[in-house]
Amino acid sequence: MSETSSPRVVIVGAGPAGIRAAATLVEAGVHPVVIDEGHCAGGQVYRRPPAGFIRTAKQLYGSEAAKARALHALFDRPAKDGQLTHCAASSVIAVQEGRLHVLGEGGVQVISYDRLILATGASDRVAPVLGWQSAGVYSLGAAQIALKAQGVALGRRVVLMGSGPLLTLVGAQLVKAGADVAAVLDTSPWHRQMRGLWRLAARPFVALRGLALRARLGGRYHAGVTLERIEADGQGVTAMRWRDAGGRERLTPCDMIGMGWHLRAETHLADLAGCVFTYDEHWRQWLPKTDQMGRAGNGVYLAGDGVRLLGADGAEIAGRLAAAACLADLGHPAPSACADLRKLARLERFARGLARAFPWPAAMVRALPNEAIVCRCENVTAGNVRQSVDFGGSEANRIKSLSRVGMGRCQGRYCQLAAVELVAAQAGCMPDAVGRFRGQAPVRPAPIGAFLRSG
Amino acid sequence: MITAGRIVRLAERDRAQLHFFLDGQVRTALAGDTVLTAMLASGHALRKSEFGPELRAGFCLMGACQDCWVWQDEGPRLRACSALVTEGMRLRTTPSESWP
Repeated sequence: MSETSSPRVVIVGAGPAGIRAAATLVEAGVHPVVIDEGHCAGGQVYRRPPAGFIRTAKQLYGSEAAKARALHALFDRPAKDGQLTHCAASSVIAVQEGRLHVLGEGGVQVISYDRLILATGASDRVAPVLGWQSAGVYSLGAAQIALKAQGVALGRRVVLMGSGPLLTLVGAQLVKAGADVAAVLDTSPWHRQMRGLWRLAARPFVALRGLALRARLGGRYHAGVTLERIEADGQGVTAMRWRDAGGRERLTPCDMIGMGWHLRAETHLADLAGCVFTYDEHWRQWLPKTDQMGRAGNGVYLAGDGVRLLGADGAEIAGRLAAAACLADLGHPAPSACADLRKLARLERFARGLARAFPWPAAMVRALPNEAIVCRCENVTAGNVRQSVDFGGSEANRIKSLSRVGMGRCQGRYCQLAAVELVAAQAGCMPDAVGRFRGQAPVRPAPIGAFLRSG
Repeated sequence: MITAGRIVRLAERDRAQLHFFLDGQVRTALAGDTVLTAMLASGHALRKSEFGPELRAGFCLMGACQDCWVWQDEGPRLRACSALVTEGMRLRTTPSESWP
């Protein structure tokens, strides 16, 4: 990688934040290295299907088609012209003393950095429901990726559940594509959604678009539901058992369930890079701390949903800001940040409104029966987690070693928030007092052979 | 295309066909299918859970949950949601006999 600029800037992630950061650096004459898990740049929201797929950008990205096309071009052009180095289909699995351990097809290589911009994005924030370990239960994001990148529905009869903008969006997209969507179950009641409304006025068009999508769901959409259990047989999901806002028992036959409650920031690399974390009351999760530009200290910058859950538009702005901060710190002339900072503040008001309108289902998690599985990787139950509080107290990492929750191959990404909620309930404290699981390298499973190949 | 599996193809159905082997049986997929799509086009699951009686069919589809690892007759395991199926690929829902 001798062609990269010195000092070397490395960006992890090529979604909206990573692409904007890369483009800003390239424009200033800096040659960044961009490491991304995707086969081509775009991230999850603007993910591109494999070669040979023919749907248009309009069909794939709907109202966001122009943004998607612009971002793809913004990355592809400098990549083609050799103004940036793109390590595609590669995962950063460890960060140590200015060096990244990168797992790709050829094995593990070490890439050193002087400045590091982390744009690692987010994944679905999921909460356990009885039976969610069954085949045919997916995250909402998974349902959207399957449709966008493969043109498929993950089942013949679909139930979507959870809360947040993605619930409505995925439902509307699946209906439009011709999938059989039986029900869309929102755990947030109407009065709660209304309470977040005044903040949503910060982006009236986005809020209206959400309502229009909701209208497309018609009678499939139910607010204020209680999720009882996922019924399954030897092959997988057979039905969803739930109660409507009036308390009536309902059973909806289905063979696929998509679930999610908004997003969970992907913070493992920020943790390994030594970032400081604070508990965010609105988003109900631990997030790395930065200044308003995205500086986290030690030459590390954070941008996008991996640090503040503002969605794709916010990620683009944050990516530009992080790159501007990086340029300024390197002594390069940096683009002005004033307009971007104002826009970002408005997006943040909106996003915090969303977080209030479509909250994390704390009460549902706290009420889980002991036999409910919390960790899908190793089938650790709610009972196991509660028991370990009685043995060893309420500190997150102690719970992890006693019960193995968070020790499976997803490394706590899909169980940590629920486990912490259960611990807080059992110990009678607030979730932030429980703490958070320490991030551990490698942050993705890595075959031993990959290390051997790299010598 | 009518298939007997978990997934329903809603679009992009005119891609070239290819063949792969699943537990020794020949199966059909479309060029550009992920291993997950290819396996679930004719089946209901990718593997059995190591920690419970249930089958697993993937969960996040973005390489984060690690629920969808499957075996090959030879060579390394694959994350079914991110690897593309290729002509003649030999996949397994269980480890091979020689797996240590």
